[in-house]
Amino acid sequence: MLELLMGNEAVALGAIAAGVRVVSGYPGTPSTEVLETIAKRNPGFVHVEWSVNEKAGLEVAAGAAYAGARSLVTMKQVGLNVASDPLMCVNYIGVKGGMVVYVADDPGPISSQTEQDTRHFGRYARIPVFDCSSPEEAFAMTMEAFDFSEKEGVPVILRSTTRVCHSCASVDVPEPKAPERAPGFEKDPRWVIFPRLSFESKKRLFAAEKTYAETFSGYGRNEIIGGGRIGIACGGVSFAYVMDAIRGHEEDYTVFKVATPYPFPAEKAASFLAGVEKVYVFEELDPVIEDALTMLRPAVPLFGKRDGTVPAAGELSADIVGSILGTAKAAPPFNEDAPFLPPRPPVLCAGCPHRASFYAVKQAMKGKKAIFCGDIGCYTLGNAAPLDMVDTCLCMGAGITVAQGLYHAGEEGQTFAFVGDSTFFASGITGVINAVYNKADLILVVLDNHTTAMTGHQPHPGLGITVMNEPTQVIDIASVLKGCGVASVRTADPFDRAAAEDAVKAAAAEEGVRAIIFRSPCVALEKGGTPLAVDAETCVGCGKCIRQLGCPALRKNGEKTAIDPALCVGCGLCQSVCPKGCIGKEEQ
Amino acid sequence: MKSCLLCGVGGQGTVLASRIIAAAAMGKGLFARTAETIGMAQRGGSVVSHVRVGASVPSPLIPNGGADVLLGFEPGEVLRNLRYLKEGGTVITCPETVAPVTASLGGTAYDGGAILAYLREHLEKAAVLDTAAIVAVCGSPRVVNMALLGALAESGEMGLTLSEIETAMAKKIRPRFLDMNKKALELGAKTLSEKR
Repeated sequence: MLELLMGNEAVALGAIAAGVRVVSGYPGTPSTEVLETIAKRNPGFVHVEWSVNEKAGLEVAAGAAYAGARSLVTMKQVGLNVASDPLMCVNYIGVKGGMVVYVADDPGPISSQTEQDTRHFGRYARIPVFDCSSPEEAFAMTMEAFDFSEKEGVPVILRSTTRVCHSCASVDVPEPKAPERAPGFEKDPRWVIFPRLSFESKKRLFAAEKTYAETFSGYGRNEIIGGGRIGIACGGVSFAYVMDAIRGHEEDYTVFKVATPYPFPAEKAASFLAGVEKVYVFEELDPVIEDALTMLRPAVPLFGKRDGTVPAAGELSADIVGSILGTAKAAPPFNEDAPFLPPRPPVLCAGCPHRASFYAVKQAMKGKKAIFCGDIGCYTLGNAAPLDMVDTCLCMGAGITVAQGLYHAGEEGQTFAFVGDSTFFASGITGVINAVYNKADLILVVLDNHTTAMTGHQPHPGLGITVMNEPTQVIDIASVLKGCGVASVRTADPFDRAAAEDAVKAAAAEEGVRAIIFRSPCVALEKGGTPLAVDAETCVGCGKCIRQLGCPALRKNGEKTAIDPALCVGCGLCQSVCPKGCIGKEEQ
Repeated sequence: MKSCLLCGVGGQGTVLASRIIAAAAMGKGLFARTAETIGMAQRGGSVVSHVRVGASVPSPLIPNGGADVLLGFEPGEVLRNLRYLKEGGTVITCPETVAPVTASLGGTAYDGGAILAYLREHLEKAAVLDTAAIVAVCGSPRVVNMALLGALAESGEMGLTLSEIETAMAKKIRPRFLDMNKKALELGAKTLSEKR
């Protein structure tokens, strides 16, 4: 049936069509919808789970593949760092069932810390990388990746980027068929990594690089298109931009589309290079294809990122490609006398409990020196004015440990570490144990909004529900903290301002590792409450609510302040801040 | 190939609207691509959805000057994305401005009236839809996206009829909200036809 599928949905349905039996992963933009789609479209034969983090997910997938089942693990590019420990070993071991590691890269970056390029990881780990250029290709390539993996007995990486993950296309999807039963796990020394085995494996991996490169030169998706004198090498979504940019000029170009950046299809590349006078390389993130071509010592000049022809960072587009090739039309010029337009960065939602939690800590610590270590999630947005409550942010779980480093370096003032509930489970717990064991002094603030909000509300171990909506054991955050030896654990509702600030003050009066859990559900999961309104008679237009909170529902209306009823959910935080008491429920 | 850029503020329903346009095009046998803003950027930030339909569509993103029509959920976002509009292309926008928090905090100016005036003055085919009246009739601010889709059908710019969009919409909206959204579609179309 023809369906409009997002790239991530196409990967999911491709995996189901390939007979995947076990799917694991951790949410992360732009990868999340793969696993969600598998859960939604589960034909009944797939075990699917949100793992506690990417490392756990990759190991679960490896175990399943040892048993001969086809397995898929999904993550974003920085998630692969968390999973790199098993990744860098499972290559040496190999698999029995096909195993696909799906990694979504994020050029820009749009929703990530870095512009990390997974193609390097493939080369580093000597794991073949399939790189898809569109949703429809992603569907077919997922099945091909499984076939290759199973045939060769090696895990493979399927890589995509945001504009493939989150773009939709018409894709023809067949009815899923249940796979044959997996052959099962057979005890064998090959599953136990030891130096002797690794020595042999390394030789095998090295030799495979060459054979796979030859195989991939014959892989239909590594394609040479056209016969013009100017060469263009590209891969992933850049291929789409190139085809858009050369429309109407096709006869001038020969396009080399690279679908397997590792091992690089050298033979195919050589035949491409032999037919052109010069080569442009268009790829996002790092110059991986460019460097692979350079290794072949081409006789023709190469233009790409290394010589500055192509921008070093950020997304590409048909416009950028076209302006480099000289095929682009100039942008219409009529923006010059336009009214000033301020940027519109993302903000914490109206009614977001994180705003209340940050505000409580800020008020309780007013006039005292403090450092606020942030983490990864919606609450990273707490760094913006006027809250200004994120002094550091590095990677998942790092707030807790960076705070310890600041303390041990002798920084004066109280160190705080803010962490969301899902991030706490993913990679916060080891940091807490480290703090207790090594006698740090910090206040851990767990922002428990009962979900993984930023990536679109996935369940996690604290909620008692699985991705398949089955009830399961609740892992209680307070009990975990107590079990880790945290000196004091307080729980408060951040919207109860007095209780929230008291909890912070009480914790600040203590020493050692103490924790506050601010519990209040994500506003996007709740049915919106009655909006509040400003009484225009009594409002003096002081703007304190706006300046203190930066809530998107609050705005200036002439001399007064107004509340947008379409955004306000009636959380009441501004009501507690207003010095004139002029915010309340609108009188009917 | 026909292209439509939907632009607005995260949470306004641009993603659903773009999927409906694509589904309507697929319903009549055309190939469709969309690209949307999902993730961190969508929390109250600027968002755009690209929709491209036709026999062959090489890339999901509309190039500069490549959009037949800009569908505006917020006038400032229309202005921000004008570079995508074809010369002589159509703009259909709702007039309600949403001031960015940066502007509310007093750091920057945001003059919605000036933005609308600029759009009217500089674009020969700019239609400002009275979405407030449509919202009042339908009884929910959530129907703005459907009103815009109705006007899009009426404009003829994407080659999709009102009934084609309605059929696609009906498959994506929960049954109890169907009548309300259908009404908004029709009113959007009617409002635009009266403007002409």
